[in-house]
Amino acid sequence: MKRLVSTIVGTTLALALGGQTVQAQVLFWSNQAVPVEEAQKMREQVLKDFPGGADFQPQDPGPFITRIQAEAEAGKGTIGVVGSLHGDLSSFAANWMDLSDIDLGAVKPSPAFMELGKLGSSEQKYLPWMQATYVMAASKQALPYLPEGADINALTYDQVIAWAGNLAEQTGSPKFGFPAGPKGLKHRFFQGFLLPAFTGSEVTKFRSAEAEQAWGKFKELWQYTNPASTNYDFMQEPLLSGDVWLAFDHIARLAEAFNQKPDEFVAFPAPAGPKGRAFMPVLAGLAIPANTPDPEQAKALVKYMMQPAQQVATLRATNFFPVTDAQLPEDLPAAAQALGPAVTAMTSAPDALPALLPVGLGDKGGQFNQVYVDTFERIVLANQDIRQVLDQQAEALRALMVEAKAPCWIPDAVSDGPCPVE
Amino acid sequence: MNNKSLPYLLLLPATLFLAVFFVYPFAQIAVQAFTAEQGFTLQHFDKMATNWKFWPSFWNTIILAAIVVPLQLVMALAMASIVAKLKTGRNSILYVFTIPLGLSDLAAGIIWLAIFEQSGFLSSMLVGLGVVDRPVLFLGYQNLWVIFIAVILAELWRATAIVMVILVSGMGLIPKEYYEAAEVFGAGPWKRFLKVTLPMLRPSLQTALILRTIAAFEVFAVVVALGGTSLPVLVGQTYDWQFNLRDSGGAAATALVILAISIAATLVFLRLLRTPRGATP
Amino acid sequence: MTEARSVDVPRPVSDITAAGRFLFVAGVVLLCAWVLVPIYLLLVNTLSSPQEVTGFPKTGLPSFNLGSLQFFAQFAGVGAALWNSVLVAVLTMILSIGIGAPAGYALSRFDFPGKGAFRMLVLMTRAFPLPLLALPIAVMFIRVGLDDTPIGLALVHTTLAIPFAVLITFSIFSGIPLELEEAAWTLGCNRLQAFHKVVLPLVLPGITASAIFAFTISWNEVFAASVLTVQNRTLTAFLLQSLNVSPLHLRFAGGAALVVPALVFIFAVRKYLFAMWGIANR
Repeated sequence: MKRLVSTIVGTTLALALGGQTVQAQVLFWSNQAVPVEEAQKMREQVLKDFPGGADFQPQDPGPFITRIQAEAEAGKGTIGVVGSLHGDLSSFAANWMDLSDIDLGAVKPSPAFMELGKLGSSEQKYLPWMQATYVMAASKQALPYLPEGADINALTYDQVIAWAGNLAEQTGSPKFGFPAGPKGLKHRFFQGFLLPAFTGSEVTKFRSAEAEQAWGKFKELWQYTNPASTNYDFMQEPLLSGDVWLAFDHIARLAEAFNQKPDEFVAFPAPAGPKGRAFMPVLAGLAIPANTPDPEQAKALVKYMMQPAQQVATLRATNFFPVTDAQLPEDLPAAAQALGPAVTAMTSAPDALPALLPVGLGDKGGQFNQVYVDTFERIVLANQDIRQVLDQQAEALRALMVEAKAPCWIPDAVSDGPCPVE
Repeated sequence: MNNKSLPYLLLLPATLFLAVFFVYPFAQIAVQAFTAEQGFTLQHFDKMATNWKFWPSFWNTIILAAIVVPLQLVMALAMASIVAKLKTGRNSILYVFTIPLGLSDLAAGIIWLAIFEQSGFLSSMLVGLGVVDRPVLFLGYQNLWVIFIAVILAELWRATAIVMVILVSGMGLIPKEYYEAAEVFGAGPWKRFLKVTLPMLRPSLQTALILRTIAAFEVFAVVVALGGTSLPVLVGQTYDWQFNLRDSGGAAATALVILAISIAATLVFLRLLRTPRGATP
Repeated sequence: MTEARSVDVPRPVSDITAAGRFLFVAGVVLLCAWVLVPIYLLLVNTLSSPQEVTGFPKTGLPSFNLGSLQFFAQFAGVGAALWNSVLVAVLTMILSIGIGAPAGYALSRFDFPGKGAFRMLVLMTRAFPLPLLALPIAVMFIRVGLDDTPIGLALVHTTLAIPFAVLITFSIFSGIPLELEEAAWTLGCNRLQAFHKVVLPLVLPGITASAIFAFTISWNEVFAASVLTVQNRTLTAFLLQSLNVSPLHLRFAGGAALVVPALVFIFAVRKYLFAMWGIANR
């Protein structure tokens, strides 16, 4: 026993102290493409041809943020490239180096996205990486319950409520599903879909009579919503298991349903309200920390990720679409084939009303989301009075906008100074 | 080496170690909880306590611990006594009982969600037995008490083994003669348990209770897996402040609340189950 | 599974009546089922196809579909990550016992000023959420060069394991009569010899128990591992931290990848754990 112990002690100490290897590959630190399969595809398909190699490491939000903060504080880093959403990147705006000297050559990212990548400054804080949005999906067995005269590609909120109502009443249990779980993206639905569709605004008309109506409608829909929704982070699983027949979610979080059973599901645009068919894009970007060990190699990796072949490979890996004009091939996975047309139908609808991601909130992005989540939980889950909740939450929202000094963004009208909450 | 300095010498490595790897980072966090740009402040605590989820999460944490820990103690005592009684098969049974020792809360959450979710194993079994005719939704937000029960079951399953191991090793040290003497005086099995086992187990009971209670206040992964957002707990609030709201002052304040209730509980147990030096009963 | 091979029926001691014996056996069976059934269900889902995992109703029988497991087995870098996990866990085990057991002994044998404060310090370690501590620790590690080393991560995991090591060994030492040690002293042993010859054999099982616990704490820890290792990732940091957002069938396979090695480890060291019973029958 004693000898065994001393052998173990000796060898492990030797190994532990000699375990450090020289860093050669660019460390790609990401909070996107986290699910194991996506991460694997990122490594095997997207990054495999990068000269010198890249080490893709997807992270949960906690470790993701903590490591970035720690490296910034220590003034010394190992991270080469950070891949994340617009909102996360904007909360570390001061941490990123200017990328405007990267020569993208023939690659043309969308100008609107390049503008977002400046994070309200004059520097190119990040380059757009990939984009997505949210749509609705239904199991084909839900189609017979569509309300009469409804066109699935041009639904209104009232029709969705009627549809969910038919499903609940005629199948015996609520079949609408909504990602209200801890990691669910519910706040984006309120910010970019429900409220703009009814008020034409994301911030300014937060407590207007139209907003009150919007929440009333959502509460109506909630009666026909599967109560397990407060556990759902990704709608693909409940769709696959049949617990839910009709759902709203991020396209990357619906993809698995289409990939596993392509013939059983349909995808279609989000519904329209009185002010139009509001929708919010999702934008992920690539940034480089100021104290990265090898800036040249990191910039080379960012440039590599923008090339058409990698943009398409990224689509296959993550179900996020290219941000450039990369040509899409014919043989896309089932999810991309089903979800792509639904996205196009939504963004090019005659009543389309784009609502942009928050700009200029800095590290207040999480608190901005919290305002909407709290509003939802209080009105819908805790059944509090809509008017009262909106008045209180509007105060929180106003304080936040003033503190962040954030001007309005689309669809709200341009503002002088912080975006007002009327 | 005299007897005065020996204890300090023995404590030195642990103290140094904890000073560097716990006290130093902890102090930084603790300072954060009380400072803002203009110096000392209580605003983080104020903000934390006025958050509408703070009190529910506070009480949920306390209630969960208050239910789970006593149940675990009873179960662990039963398991330890069973192991003590067995003559054959003891090793196999003991091995089975210790299995959950190796389980992470992440794995426990995955397993129990597979049991309780709408199309999970429990629903399948009930439908199979004809008790119900379609899958039952157990973990809906309106049935908070079902989520509570599910979390309690998962916690009992996951974390009773450590209590049992501590008690088993403590029971192993009770001299057999005490039981024989008790038997001579006509004490039945129940009486022997009450009059010999329990008092002699005091150090182990104290350790097990303190460790489990502190761990119970840190419950998180299992609750999130089973309850989603419907059952807020303090550690979840801490993470929310730190990683979603990006407000480390609020996170530090909430973490200090967890620390405070842990210390309070520890003091109670230390007082209730005071241990004499050595094992001279 | 391993325990299936020992089907020995527990034979209760003679003073229990027939009804009591029945209750006793039923209790044992029930408790074993309580522990084993959830693990069995995990393995069923691990060995089922993706369609079966999301399907309804579930049969509760595995179809021995190895697809999900294969996915993990062929994941590049799993071997290295597994090795790092074992390395860090063994280091944690050694460090926490080496540092914690002397402290446990001191707490049980001596009364001295500062004893209460030390106990509180040890417990506080356990009562504070690690993810908050991870940031200052990471900054410190990056500055001194401990970042991304197995020993660095093991030091953090040791902090988590020390309270268990100290308190478990404390309660074990407290259970050993002081007279036993004193007897050895009068027989000519010095303090160290007495400890080595008399006390150590008695406490070995308890020390093993806390060593096992240190090992599993390190094995299962995700957060610090994700922040503090970059190239030398542990299995949890490398593969399993994202389980909750991965498709169901992979979630279960990953869960099994977490559980099974821990079970094998406990099985491997069970001899020392079970030696606990030698003492009572002395």
